[in-house]
Amino acid sequence: MTWTEIDTWIVVTGALIAMACAVPGVFLLLNKQSMLGDAISHAVLPGLAIAFLVSGTRDPGPMLVGAVAAGLFTGVLTEVIHRRGRVDSGAALGVVFCSLFALGLVLIRLAADRVDLDPGCVLYGALETAVVDVGPVPTIAWLSGGMLAANLLLAVLFYKELRIAAFDPALATASGIPARIVTHGLTVVTAVTTVVAFESVGSILVIAMLIVPGATALLLSHRLGVVLIWTLVLAALAAVGGHLAAISVVPAALGQLSGHAALGSVSSAGMMAAFSGLTFFAVLCVARLREGAKRQAVRPPEPVPGT
Amino acid sequence: MDALWRFLSLQDYNTRVVLAGVCALGAAAGLVGTFLLLRKRSLLGDTLGHATLPGVAGAFLIAHALGWEARSIVLLLGGAAVAGVCGMAAVLAIRRWSHIKDDAALAIVLGVFFGAGVTLVSAVQQLPGGNSAGLDHFIYGKTASMTAADAAFILWASLGVALVCVALFKEFGLLCFDEGFAAAAGWPRRVLDAVLMGLVVVVTVVGLQAVGLLLVVALLVIPPAAARFWSDRLGVMAPVAAGVGAASGFVGVAASAVFPRLPAGALIVLAAAALFAISLAFGAKRGLAIRAFHERRAEQRLRREHLLRAIYECGEDADFPMVALSQISARRPWHPGRLRREVRRAVEDGLVVAAVDGERVQLTKTGMVEARRLVRNHRLWELYLLHHAEVAPGRVDRDADMIEHVLDPRLVDELEHLLDEERRKSFVPLDPERGALPSP
Repeated sequence: MTWTEIDTWIVVTGALIAMACAVPGVFLLLNKQSMLGDAISHAVLPGLAIAFLVSGTRDPGPMLVGAVAAGLFTGVLTEVIHRRGRVDSGAALGVVFCSLFALGLVLIRLAADRVDLDPGCVLYGALETAVVDVGPVPTIAWLSGGMLAANLLLAVLFYKELRIAAFDPALATASGIPARIVTHGLTVVTAVTTVVAFESVGSILVIAMLIVPGATALLLSHRLGVVLIWTLVLAALAAVGGHLAAISVVPAALGQLSGHAALGSVSSAGMMAAFSGLTFFAVLCVARLREGAKRQAVRPPEPVPGT
Repeated sequence: MDALWRFLSLQDYNTRVVLAGVCALGAAAGLVGTFLLLRKRSLLGDTLGHATLPGVAGAFLIAHALGWEARSIVLLLGGAAVAGVCGMAAVLAIRRWSHIKDDAALAIVLGVFFGAGVTLVSAVQQLPGGNSAGLDHFIYGKTASMTAADAAFILWASLGVALVCVALFKEFGLLCFDEGFAAAAGWPRRVLDAVLMGLVVVVTVVGLQAVGLLLVVALLVIPPAAARFWSDRLGVMAPVAAGVGAASGFVGVAASAVFPRLPAGALIVLAAAALFAISLAFGAKRGLAIRAFHERRAEQRLRREHLLRAIYECGEDADFPMVALSQISARRPWHPGRLRREVRRAVEDGLVVAAVDGERVQLTKTGMVEARRLVRNHRLWELYLLHHAEVAPGRVDRDADMIEHVLDPRLVDELEHLLDEERRKSFVPLDPERGALPSP
């Protein structure tokens, strides 16, 4: 295992993206919209395809507009089907994103003569190639850093609104903060973050990083401020640990397993997601054990026979 | 047109095979998905589908190490099933051991397992022959090139899933509608839950190989959601969902026969989406059209009752002379146009007669009977609220307004009886504000 400048940038960019995703993720968790990230990452496909067909280029500008529009459309359509049609919100989300993804696949096939778009790159992404860039700092690092800064700024500015809308939507609406507007705002932020992130790291890292660090942090604390700080720490940790594992332990182990000792490094983005999952399940087990111990401690004494 | 005819007449062997496989899968997925929908876990299929990826890649790696035929489909499906069960166990563990919500548990397992899967795939691709492992088929499917063996496999698996669903229909229904009761009554709730999720794993794994991840997820989610608009009864909803699933398959395969360039899986999903949209609009039980119709009817009835009561109360003190519309407006905050419209409708129905100038109205005989009944119900209800429900007097009239329209005659009798018991002696001045209780 040799550490190069590229490794540094992979870790830095991965950490920045993970943290940028994790911030809105905490509020998605609290709003019970956890699957929104997954849904958006599928549903942007028709947005991308239409942006292609209209603009005829693969420039990031039109792509971003198309993807964000598709993301927002997903959020609004789900809301409409959920409220007007009285369909369970999870099912409504499933109906919308499956249909949009299918539409995207059809559109891409229709446009295949004119543009070259590989749905696979949307799914997997390639952090390793994205950071190879001219100049001292890769563009993608700047982009992710900016995204993180923007998300943090929004979270701090609207901290009160986000908190009240997450914990008590009725109270929020009663005190002049329309919870639905907050929800839609969150959807937009999630859509933008998702699109920016998965152009470089693929949707896997986005889905995992939106939810897993936040969920782990919620196991560690019940205070929103503390949860947010833990979330950032855990997201960064996942990036560092994931990449380290991806270039050292995992290829070695898999090489042993498959009988090819000379296996090269594996997908860093995938490993970052897996690492955050390991952290989550470790924390879950520890929390479980401690809770068990606590229960043991407060169990009332055995009743004395004969009383 | 020719292509469509060729398809409909089932001339091609390949068409018959694909059609049988896809329709069977659609029906099985619709059936299982119904229970998932009612348990508010529609997206479980999505999670399990993604969670199978590390299993497929892992099986490939292990087979490679042991020198077996790494691309054997049985092996890869076995790996997928193992990973699916692990994913399911992880969801259940998170649910049991923490306060994390179901949707978050699904998202966590999805992201983490898929991440692990991508890692393993990136390792597989470095192995000799790994690039052509066809793992992509598991995500996008290869519906159009389904073989007879694939279709037979799907048919048998779907049949098995359907049999289990039918055998455990009552138990699953109980689990969906009243989990607490199921637990209290001693049903093995967790076992049933695990069996249900196991069925989802079977459907997902079987479908993955034949039609791809997207299509399996869509068939688990969309047909049950569409069926929900057609019935409130599980016994009706489940077969409808299975039917919608099969129909989506049929329409989608037909469309792909006409447009062979388009991906068949995506067309099937779009067919399901179209069926969903139709159900959303015209579903017999919860569709938007039927609900709008019922709401309109209820509003009309409400306005009619308000009008009759207003006319009655205006003329109550003076032996029911002609009542001016302006007097009614004072009681009902209606736009004058609306009031006139309501009066015209009431005249058409023979409940009210209007003076020649149209500015004054009077109840007909039938109208009087109806109005008496309404006013009586209203005042009984007011009294009940005052004396039994301890509602503040200032609010009584408003609350009574809201509920009087839904009182059924039996309840009115009961109320009357109750109040008579309470004040047997005196004839009660029942309008708490002023008037007497009109006798029916």
